[in-house]
Amino acid sequence: MSNHSAEISGHVHRDDVGARMGMWLFLFTELLLFGGMFLIYAVYRHEYIDQFRVAALSLNPAIGAINTIILLTSSLTVALSIAALQKGNKQLSIMLLVMTNILAFAFMVNKFFEWSEKINHGLFPGSEAMLNLPDGQILFFGLYYTMTGLHALHVIIGLVFISIVLGFILTGSVNKDSYVKLENAGLYWHLVDLIWIFLFPLFYLIQ
Amino acid sequence: MQDNNHHDEHHIGYSTYLLVWISLVAFTSITVSVAGLNLGEYTLAVALTIAAIKSALVINIFMHIKFEDPIFKVFLGISGFTLLVIFTLTFFDYFYR
Repeated sequence: MSNHSAEISGHVHRDDVGARMGMWLFLFTELLLFGGMFLIYAVYRHEYIDQFRVAALSLNPAIGAINTIILLTSSLTVALSIAALQKGNKQLSIMLLVMTNILAFAFMVNKFFEWSEKINHGLFPGSEAMLNLPDGQILFFGLYYTMTGLHALHVIIGLVFISIVLGFILTGSVNKDSYVKLENAGLYWHLVDLIWIFLFPLFYLIQ
Repeated sequence: MQDNNHHDEHHIGYSTYLLVWISLVAFTSITVSVAGLNLGEYTLAVALTIAAIKSALVINIFMHIKFEDPIFKVFLGISGFTLLVIFTLTFFDYFYR
């Protein structure tokens, strides 16, 4: 914020701990946003336990598992990227962030094929095929689309966030001595990973 | 101008991250294979326990909470507790309605 005065006085005034705390406070609001959805899921799963199981049979656990590994790996690359920048290895840090973005993209490609297959079978919110299902299954698919959809939106936002920080690293405004922006992008990305850690078993592994 | 930027004296090395990643992948394969077994009522409990362990790893190491100031842990605890209260009260209402 106060970069201009810093250049004049020669002393960089900044508060990295405060910046990270702000990010964490934002992440808590995200936690409550998804928490509310998990709550709806929990109540309806309890009410329609058998129909949730039947509906989940149509999801492919293999795609879910592959996407889990992809996200976990992308969390690793973003964490390594911070470590690399801290050690002053700018090149490696950039490479790892590019890898993170490639993995995020791969996740979205998988998601695309997964959703297209469902939609081609006529299964999407409001479709005739879906409305003819029993209540519990409508709820399952409704929650599936809403929760994985909102999560996918977060993946896209994370991708943009990381790309912007990547630009900062290239121009040098995020560097070995000042990398809180990269840390915050990383925190956001790990949250995306965290939510998926719960979405995966709750939707794909309940048969 | 207090120096508020010295937090990361504790830099985590590449190998720690790799180790955490390996355990995360291992826990994922455990969840997948356990889901194949027929554990009945325990399926959900096992899945959530493993997810909680994975979250703890991500939050502590990847997200550096273990090395942050205590106030971060307090905040995290309060938000987690809030979520727990919301879940408990909702289910209390749901079960005794």
